[in-house]
Amino acid sequence: MTKQVKQLDRVIIRFAGDSGDGMQLTGDRFTHESASFGNDLSTLPNFPAEIRAPQGTLPGVSSFQVHFADHDILTPGDAPNVLVAMNPAALRANLPDVPKGATIIVDTADFTARNLTKAGYSDNPLDDDSLDAFAVHALDLTGMTIEAVKEFGLTRKDASRAKNMFALGLLSWMYGRPVDSTLRFLESRFARVPEIRDANLAAFKAGWNFGETTEAFAVSYQINPAPMAAGNYRNITGNLALAYGLVAGGVQAGLPVFLGSYPITPASDILHELSKHKSFGVTTFQAEDEIAGIGAALGASFAGSLGVTTTSGPGLALKSETIGLAVMTELPLIVIDVQRGGPSTGLPTKTEQADLLQAMFGRNGEAPVPVIAPQSPGDCFDAAVEASRIAVTYRTPVLLLSDGYLANGSEPWRIPEVGELSAIDPDFATETNTTVSGKADGEQVAAFWPYLRDPDTLARPWAVPGTAGLEHRIGGLEKADGHGNISYDPANHDLMVRLRSAKVERIADGYAPTEVYDPSGRAKVLVVGWGSTYGPIGVACRRVRRAGYDVAQLHLRHLNPLPTDLGDILRRYDRVLVPEMNLGQLSMLLRARYLIDAVGYNSVRGLPLQSAELVDAIGALLTEIEGAEVDLSPERTARRSHTEEVGS
Amino acid sequence: MTATDLPFPGLHSGIEGVPTLDGAQTAREYTSDQEVRWCPGCGDYAILKAVQSFLPDLGLRRENIVFISGIGCSSRFPYYLDTYGMHSIHGRAPAIATGIATAREDLSVWVITGDGDALSIGGNHLIHALRRNVNLNILLFNNRIYGLTKGQYSPTSEPGKVTKSTPMGSVDYPFNPISLALGAEGTFVARTVDSDRKHLTAVLSAAAAHRGTSLVEIYQNCPIFNDGAFDAIKGPGSEDALIRLVQGEPIRFGADGAKGLIRDHATGGVKIAEVAEVGEGALLVHDAHSPDPSTAFAISRLTDAGHLHQAPVGIFRQVERPTYDDQARAQVHHAEAAADGTRAERLAALIGGGDTWTVA
Repeated sequence: MTKQVKQLDRVIIRFAGDSGDGMQLTGDRFTHESASFGNDLSTLPNFPAEIRAPQGTLPGVSSFQVHFADHDILTPGDAPNVLVAMNPAALRANLPDVPKGATIIVDTADFTARNLTKAGYSDNPLDDDSLDAFAVHALDLTGMTIEAVKEFGLTRKDASRAKNMFALGLLSWMYGRPVDSTLRFLESRFARVPEIRDANLAAFKAGWNFGETTEAFAVSYQINPAPMAAGNYRNITGNLALAYGLVAGGVQAGLPVFLGSYPITPASDILHELSKHKSFGVTTFQAEDEIAGIGAALGASFAGSLGVTTTSGPGLALKSETIGLAVMTELPLIVIDVQRGGPSTGLPTKTEQADLLQAMFGRNGEAPVPVIAPQSPGDCFDAAVEASRIAVTYRTPVLLLSDGYLANGSEPWRIPEVGELSAIDPDFATETNTTVSGKADGEQVAAFWPYLRDPDTLARPWAVPGTAGLEHRIGGLEKADGHGNISYDPANHDLMVRLRSAKVERIADGYAPTEVYDPSGRAKVLVVGWGSTYGPIGVACRRVRRAGYDVAQLHLRHLNPLPTDLGDILRRYDRVLVPEMNLGQLSMLLRARYLIDAVGYNSVRGLPLQSAELVDAIGALLTEIEGAEVDLSPERTARRSHTEEVGS
Repeated sequence: MTATDLPFPGLHSGIEGVPTLDGAQTAREYTSDQEVRWCPGCGDYAILKAVQSFLPDLGLRRENIVFISGIGCSSRFPYYLDTYGMHSIHGRAPAIATGIATAREDLSVWVITGDGDALSIGGNHLIHALRRNVNLNILLFNNRIYGLTKGQYSPTSEPGKVTKSTPMGSVDYPFNPISLALGAEGTFVARTVDSDRKHLTAVLSAAAAHRGTSLVEIYQNCPIFNDGAFDAIKGPGSEDALIRLVQGEPIRFGADGAKGLIRDHATGGVKIAEVAEVGEGALLVHDAHSPDPSTAFAISRLTDAGHLHQAPVGIFRQVERPTYDDQARAQVHHAEAAADGTRAERLAALIGGGDTWTVA
């Protein structure tokens, strides 16, 4: 049977099932296939905090969304074109996000009275008209899987566990994915259990063949590779990119990396990853608590390592006092906060960016700390290298704010050439740096003053133990300017508070000019963001421009100190919109600092911002400025493409 | 989960790997230019003098010695020593020192702490340093009171103690630091007294020589808020109260050695007996090297929880166990030795690994 092949410019697929159904693995494999095919892509895993929530229930639903396209895309997408639901709970939990007309593939095996009740259905939605607005394929994926693997002699339960590979095989056929990497993956993953390996391979191929032969699917789809800048690419998550960036920071600075960390979701993968890279001189210390993690990292920095600690919001709260000590002792230290929903334990597996003010101000006293944020999973690499540069150059703790979406989301990443990375100079002190009066009249003797600053950076010397003649004591008590002995002098304290502040402000001297994307140069509305909202904001701005309106976008890498040219840029625009996954933390900073009437767009749902809602928020400001209705309906903002599909 | 056999790095002295200096050093070289600011009569002065005079005997390069402290009166200690040092934050010195000791094999790392710093706010870090056996020397100055905050009871104060925060008497039951350290898998656990310079120096020397965490509790008098807390074991009449532990010798004390420790078969512990009644042969011979810490723990229980009338001093336990830092460094060194190429080349291979594709 020859089937029709239809060209699409982009597709969003969401794989959803029970926590134990292997949906993260399924999504991850589909992503790798798409990446190796050359599509641009963006992913969003979404899973419960419970390791195994009760089977078949709504809280136990785990999903993985992958958006892939023949053009540059920025987000995992607002709404899936295809939902794969492995049980009733997965259908019920995800249906509200699925637009009418979308395709739903359902495994009917789990649609039993008991499972329907667990999911809160009184009637089977496959039997009534509630799904009439969708293209539903109700298939016994489990039954077909069991049939396909029966020769391997597995129990029914073990056999049915390969159903995710059957589904992956079917979807891989539908979208013409290259399957070599998945076959290789299954061979090595289950190499030690041949019958399980063979069952998964058989299920995967059976799913592919089912798609090719069944009349249920008349059409397969083709999504061409996306044009990308030349280079070598790989798919990468934010946590992996952060870990690689920290290894790179250590290599570029010629320093051993010391990570002190306590496991916490969603940051633990950085600890896991770095523990594999001891060959780069990386030491990982799993501490007894968050405080010991940062304490050991600071100790290692004092001893001449690049100290790093990784955590999420609640852990950052525990580390506050030690960050203050790092401010006072002026030692390099990288503090990574992979933000999650808060306050308190909050939503451990969901994303949020509500720790900005904690990062800025969550310490006693005047304790300025540089704060930087990556904007996409791949950008986490550059952000980690930048954090290393600032920490080492300015002898300061640096806070890097990632979040749950960046941590687990992935995108194609152009692998940088190591030669492109800038060197970082630890510039250890090796000699005395001043002279003081000796005991004899007029005698001058050489001395080392640990708080004698570099006139350009205001950084103090970093003299590590083992350096003869530079023995000195530092600590949390206020230091006298220069020689660094304890000082309770009022004027000295005022001076030191200002010096520590001025040192952090100096960091902005090293920034490149701030980039504003304002293609027409006529925009009156500027959208300012930070962190993982880069993608949704970018998509929303594109849509607004497609409808014929002007809007400018500015995304901040550095939250503290803010760029010196930012004030002038903000004042060039009539209105400034600040979308955030919090209740307005950056907009509070911008309003306070620049006295501008920044308008917030705030959504704190534990999920990335929806581009469609951002389009409306921008539209409201445009309407206000234009004094007339602005038409940003989906028809006008859609991507002009060669298919009838609505593009990003 | 799987476990793997770890190689024993094979270093046995606490200062092996730390650069040494030919020629004599003096206490003066270890004295910083900072004015010492403890109260007159404070026991800390005696400990400082003992440390300044004992450090030169180690023969180490001064720049390879690091003192880390927390918060409290005793934690001012690093300012008065001309070595590298950090006066850190309350209770966290063992954590910070763990990072230093793990990052650098060539440093001799000392933690100065007190009963509030180590046992109250920093209790967690203390027990985990002990169980990991990081190569640190922890000197715990125990004055059984909060001094720097001006006189509240501490986690070693006796029940019923009347202080500023307990006008009707403390209802807190205290820690016995030696029992705690033994329970936390300590490999070197000792007690000494601020006023006994000779004993103090001997214990510190043994602590420095021990590879792993050495916990030395130092009874230290606070003349302002808890004066005389240790008088029972000091000066005339103390021979009946001070039980000296000497490796390989029967444990005897009291005037003319009339008392001694014997096994208490009823409880499995130890008890005090008159030597004349039980005979010399029944006395317990002290063995700090025993792999089983039960006897050391039993001896530690002879310390009064309430007002101090008697206490054993000396080295309760001293056993060899691989240290956290040696093993952590060995893993890094092994991985580095097994890797080919420069770090930059390996970095390129690392970030360029996995499933990749090329866009022309």
